[in-house]
Amino acid sequence: MAASRISARTVRGSLVLLGIGLLGGCGGRQSALDPAGPGARRIAGLWWGFFAISVVVFVVVMFFVLWALVLRRGPDVTPRPGGDRAVVLAGVVVPVLVLVGVYGAGLHVMTEQRTTGHKAAFAIDVIGHDWWWEVRYPDQRIVTANEIHIPVGRPVTVRLATKDVIHSFWVPSLQSKTDLVPGKSNETWLLADHAGRFRGQCAEYCGLQHAGMGFVVIADPPAVFDAWVAQESGDRTAPTTASAQRGEQVFESQSCASCHTIRGTTAGGTLGPDLTHFGSRSTLGAGVAPNDRGWLGGWIANSQTVKPGNLMPPQPLDPQELRSLLDYLEGLK
Amino acid sequence: MTTVAERVSAEHAVGEQLTAIWEESPGLHSWFATVDHKRIGRRYLFTAALFFVFAGLEAMAMRTQLARPDEHLLTPEAYNQLFTLHGTTMIFLFATPMLFGFGNVLVPLMIGARDMAFPRLNAFGYWVFASSGFLMSASLLFGAAPDGGWFSYVPLTEKAYLPGAGTDVYCVGLLLLGISTTAGAINFIVTALTMRAPGMSLNRVPMFVWSIVVTSFLVLFALPVLNVDNAMLFLDRRWGYHFFDRAHGGDAVLWQHLFWLFGHPDVYIIVLPALGIVSSIVPVFARRPLAAYPLLVLSTIGTGVIGFGVWVHHMFAVGLPQLALSFFSAASLIITIPAGIQIFSWAITIALGRLVVRTPMLFVLGFLAVFVMGGVTGVMFAVVPFDQQTTDSYFVVAHFHYVLFGGAVFPILGALYFWLPKITGRMLSERLGRWSFWIVLLGFNLTFLPMHIQGLLGMPRRVYTYQSGLGWDLWNMLETIGAYILLVGLALTLFNILRSLRSGPVAPDNPWGGESLEWATSSPPAPYNFAVVPTVHSLHPMWDEQTLATMVADRDDPERALTDGKLGLRTSDLDGIAEHPLELPEETLTPFVTAAGLLAIALGFLLGHYVIAYVGAGITVIGIWGWQWPKREPQEASA
Repeated sequence: MAASRISARTVRGSLVLLGIGLLGGCGGRQSALDPAGPGARRIAGLWWGFFAISVVVFVVVMFFVLWALVLRRGPDVTPRPGGDRAVVLAGVVVPVLVLVGVYGAGLHVMTEQRTTGHKAAFAIDVIGHDWWWEVRYPDQRIVTANEIHIPVGRPVTVRLATKDVIHSFWVPSLQSKTDLVPGKSNETWLLADHAGRFRGQCAEYCGLQHAGMGFVVIADPPAVFDAWVAQESGDRTAPTTASAQRGEQVFESQSCASCHTIRGTTAGGTLGPDLTHFGSRSTLGAGVAPNDRGWLGGWIANSQTVKPGNLMPPQPLDPQELRSLLDYLEGLK
Repeated sequence: MTTVAERVSAEHAVGEQLTAIWEESPGLHSWFATVDHKRIGRRYLFTAALFFVFAGLEAMAMRTQLARPDEHLLTPEAYNQLFTLHGTTMIFLFATPMLFGFGNVLVPLMIGARDMAFPRLNAFGYWVFASSGFLMSASLLFGAAPDGGWFSYVPLTEKAYLPGAGTDVYCVGLLLLGISTTAGAINFIVTALTMRAPGMSLNRVPMFVWSIVVTSFLVLFALPVLNVDNAMLFLDRRWGYHFFDRAHGGDAVLWQHLFWLFGHPDVYIIVLPALGIVSSIVPVFARRPLAAYPLLVLSTIGTGVIGFGVWVHHMFAVGLPQLALSFFSAASLIITIPAGIQIFSWAITIALGRLVVRTPMLFVLGFLAVFVMGGVTGVMFAVVPFDQQTTDSYFVVAHFHYVLFGGAVFPILGALYFWLPKITGRMLSERLGRWSFWIVLLGFNLTFLPMHIQGLLGMPRRVYTYQSGLGWDLWNMLETIGAYILLVGLALTLFNILRSLRSGPVAPDNPWGGESLEWATSSPPAPYNFAVVPTVHSLHPMWDEQTLATMVADRDDPERALTDGKLGLRTSDLDGIAEHPLELPEETLTPFVTAAGLLAIALGFLLGHYVIAYVGAGITVIGIWGWQWPKREPQEASA
């Protein structure tokens, strides 16, 4: 424990030294050097250890070169024979000792990473799609997309599957990568030791919009998390204003419903993200734009201008319909 | 250190006779029909350099797109094609052919031979490489460039997800190229084992030749795996096979295993010959023999062997069993030991010698600094949890550019300054060379050093754009500036080469005081390389004061002057004891015809017009027929 706390402090101190003060922008932080849980913190510890060894190795090799550059030039220098034993010592004996240590450290962290995952509070399913993330909480009967809510301090198992190609699940501040491979049931876990928004992104090239496949992990205190579960597990919030009610009709009657589900309505499509509580989500199109009225209107009219190549076709709605639809979707808290 | 008197004396005796036998006819016919290893090697170098420029400009387009967040200069389609072609071109069409080009020119010269063992196969290999390369590059013009990444992971590259022709171009192009690389590898192995000058026992073989031989063995064992992988993918795509389709009993991870079972040894296929270049340059400018030569040979071979047991470290995030991961982690750590031996052999050689810093050595010193940095991050990737955090991020992009640009391009640049005088007969400008070196060193580090940080800050690779506010903006901008500086540095070397070809000072035989036999030839070497085949007395034939003397002493010996036809000398595999003369082939069009037939077969498969493939098969058969046709009475060996 003490070691990990020291390394955490080292990490943060060094971050300041490196001048990386711009973390934690709108989408949450996404840095492996700014860990918010044991998964990323252990690896950050490894990194700083390796970094120190690397500096020493580099300095030693450069010492030979600089030595020669300064002292072994000019006509009065006579080349000396030999050096074989020095090669054996510097190239075999010392590296073997260092590498054994490196291997031990690696195995140790590997074991720790595995055992943390055994204490999970519950399991969620994350399913990769071209190019968004379906998130399911089977125990809590929640289906959402591109946002994962977890309670602070409780490990959550993440079961990974894919509907199409290989994707990779990566939340640098919390957890290293695990691939989503067709036909394989992979697992990882998330554990945050303080509240915050932690950005994740697909890390395996998956085609046209690989760059536009982000998500966010939101770690909340248990009470806040429970409230979120209570809200999110229910059906959609019924529209109250006339415009929003018209919007629901637009949603059900136009092509929206053939791809999207809104629980509590007749919309039951499964090709696109579940929108039951869409209004509570912070981003559009797997993190490519903020979820506000302007972006949402543009997205519905022609999402290809926001995220070229995504699978949602442009929706030719008249302005009145679009306004109603926006009123409706924004109200789906 | 300038003209080799023994060479002049030997040529004086038999040069005229040999020129009449060896000189190829002038004009267009000979351009297509040449079998001279030096001409073919030059062509490899030139063509590979073209691909380097091509792939480099692709990189510039990508770096320009990434300079700022949310940039719209390139569409995602264009970006994905560019990064796929950049990787594929640099690895398959630049690095290996460039190093094979040096091998082609230098291996026969370094071992005191008059040509490769199979000169026609050598010409054939070049034509196949060139046609495959232009096939893959031209696909960009037709909007049919591969866009599934150089690693081409299934199921993304299956027809369902990438229906365009790009992936077919990738499969067919690489299968075609595989024929060329395999032919080249066989030729290097046989040449190095059978054609060495008398006296050059295995313990006197230059490190560069060793590294080319080990590389060639790697090619022979690694390429079939890639070929099988590509053939299966092509069958899946074209005729609906299910090799990689889970729903029908296939397996998507199979592609990755096979790809990296080729792909990791391929790293050594690229780096080992470049390390051989370093081993050639270091002793010349340290003015003493390499330290621990036997250990260097063993570590080169060891790298080749262990290199086949580490591929899973490219797949640590795939979800394989933990026990397997820990084994591959150990193997990946072990393979750094031979690399360490080589690094310290050079460092200690330099530290004990008398250092002379000319441009080739500058690039080697730069290589040492940069390659060590790529090596230490390589060790990190052997550690499973660290790999899982940083793989597929910019950290890995930084790492392998330090290894491949640092480990291969720096030595290649050094090699150009070192050997181009031998190849072209013209010296390069030392002043321009130094400027080029410092600008390249600066540009390279500015481009790739920040990528380590950017990867640790969570930026994944292969993204065509990124959002602001994640701490990546500054690094991306610096990297793009670095890339433009790097471009200037490389352009300076290109300018230097062009200028030297036009007006460079004439190169002497041995401008650097070299240790190996290529410096005993004229610059450029005569068509027959050595008028009198030297008898080698040590690992440093140019320095031992005995080897060169044999070129004068044996000039009247028909078994060393070999003037009864186009002859090379067969020596024994291990000890290099002279056995008998070998007849070498005259210039011929058959390799060109055979290669043209293969290109037609490839095009037929690619376009789905199998008639073209049948015609191509016919041409290939005709080409091989002519190739094997006995042209004249076999010459009785002069006993």
